[in-house]
Amino acid sequence: MRRSVVVTVLEDVSADLDVPRRPTVRPVAGDRVFRAISTAAATVSLFIVVIALVFLVKESQPAFRAAGYWKFFTTNIWNPSLGRLGVGGLLVGTVIIALIALVIAVPLAIGMALFINEYAPPRLRQILTSVIDLLAALPSILFGLWGKAALQRQMIPISGWLAAHLSVFPFMRLSRQGASLAQSSLVVGVVVGLMIVPIITSVSRDVMAQVPREQCEGALALGGTRWGMIRAVILPFGRSGLVGAVLLGFGRALGETIAVALIVSLVFKANFHVLEQGGGSIAALIATRFGEAGDLERSGLVAAGLALFLMTLAVNFVACRVVARTSAV
Amino acid sequence: MTITVSAAEPTSELPISRDPLPGAPTAPATLEAIGISAWFGKRKVLERCSLLMEARKVTALIGPSGCGKSTFLRILNRMHEVIPGAMIAGGVELDGTDIYSGALSPTKVRTRIGMVFQKPNPFPSMTIRQNVLAGLRLSGVTNNDKDALVEESLRRAGLWNEVGDRLDEGGMALSGGQQQRLCIARALAVKPQVLLMDEPCSALDPISTRVVEETIGALADDVTIVIVTHNMQQAARVSDRCAFFLVEESGEPGRIVEEGPTAKMFDSPDDQRTLDYVTGRFG
Repeated sequence: MRRSVVVTVLEDVSADLDVPRRPTVRPVAGDRVFRAISTAAATVSLFIVVIALVFLVKESQPAFRAAGYWKFFTTNIWNPSLGRLGVGGLLVGTVIIALIALVIAVPLAIGMALFINEYAPPRLRQILTSVIDLLAALPSILFGLWGKAALQRQMIPISGWLAAHLSVFPFMRLSRQGASLAQSSLVVGVVVGLMIVPIITSVSRDVMAQVPREQCEGALALGGTRWGMIRAVILPFGRSGLVGAVLLGFGRALGETIAVALIVSLVFKANFHVLEQGGGSIAALIATRFGEAGDLERSGLVAAGLALFLMTLAVNFVACRVVARTSAV
Repeated sequence: MTITVSAAEPTSELPISRDPLPGAPTAPATLEAIGISAWFGKRKVLERCSLLMEARKVTALIGPSGCGKSTFLRILNRMHEVIPGAMIAGGVELDGTDIYSGALSPTKVRTRIGMVFQKPNPFPSMTIRQNVLAGLRLSGVTNNDKDALVEESLRRAGLWNEVGDRLDEGGMALSGGQQQRLCIARALAVKPQVLLMDEPCSALDPISTRVVEETIGALADDVTIVIVTHNMQQAARVSDRCAFFLVEESGEPGRIVEEGPTAKMFDSPDDQRTLDYVTGRFG
């Protein structure tokens, strides 16, 4: 059996030529069918991305023409009846919310992943894993409702405390005395942060679980504590994967819609006072305005969607670059 | 009596006359296993194994695969218990102190009783130098003359001449044999009194094997060595004493059939099964 394969490979080459070649294999029928199916699947998904992009570019043209390409990305005004549209502030607001979410989510998620993988007894590990998965499956509208109805009230004193004690950071200051602390970027950021904990946790867990056992045992056998082993072996080994997990969470946070739309009071100007009422994100803008939009505003919303698309693309691109660079150990 | 090994690590330490002083190699210690049995969950893999591993001697653990040699070795520095569900009975004494008594923490035990694994496992994210010093960092020992320690450890492991001029390169760039000697240097850098080696040459080519064996011979004076090997010639070449492990019937735990001076074990063992094994009649 084996021999016949070798013979077919050798048949179509001239053995006396000393030139590099790749041995060719003619796939069997089943293999060809499967290859066709998977090629088709890959093509379709690529095609969907491309038509989505084409749709966004085409539909956004009226808005760009009315507002001006550059101004659309740099100004903070939303007045479709005057033909003036700009989402500069909302782009910044989107990043602000996503960064707050990361500040909340990354320590929680990495700590949780370490606890589940390294410290938790087997029973607890199973329970925690299912809880995390459950959290990931929870619809985002529920996070939004909870944030608006329950968390927000609890957050106000915390925001007040932060404003009073951490005013060394400019973004923790209030623009004026007695500013409202509800509906702020911070509240949204916390909610979105909790929403992205599961994805970061489960990716980090997978990454950490891939550290070879002999590496971990090597660290323990040198007299290392468990924390020493985590620092010397697990974190360096998993670095690129962990960066990837964080950026994946960042991408999710950028695109999160419902929770943001529900909680924040939308303002178009970038609000760096994260404790104060008023913030915004592209996705929330689209969700709140699309239903009642006229033709030009609708085009403007599509343009905003295009901006979000490009930003997410950029984050993913950076993520890939970082992962590729740091994984070269 | 079955001891369930708990995760809690007592921090108290015995006032033992040994300081982790930089520079001076510490005195090799005698290790004695007393009635060691071991389980993975419900499966018993070792039964009542007692063995004296004397200071300044190389003790080889021989026997067919699956007879519990590696488990026995891992019990000697409390590495058995890092596997979930692993249990032991009996005790191990390091110069008379029971390493399972709670007087020494597992991390302390492992700095005194170092280990080299079957597969070379230098830390891939570290340079050669960092690998050698990894044990200090991990166990929190400070050393003011790191350069001297790196050189000394690499010299003792027989690697200095090959890597002395490229200490800042990654440890993974070395050949398999060099990686294994780097792991030996790494283990030596924390000045252990005992060095356990779990088939250290089984992943190496014959030339690297010879170099590692020479290293073992050179080390025997300042550190007690216990080595697991499948290679009879290797056991005969490097060891002073041998212990022969065997599972008599499949499903039974492994036991020590016979132990004694290597020459006697190979030439005129008391037990027929030992003779059969060392002469290659089975296993």
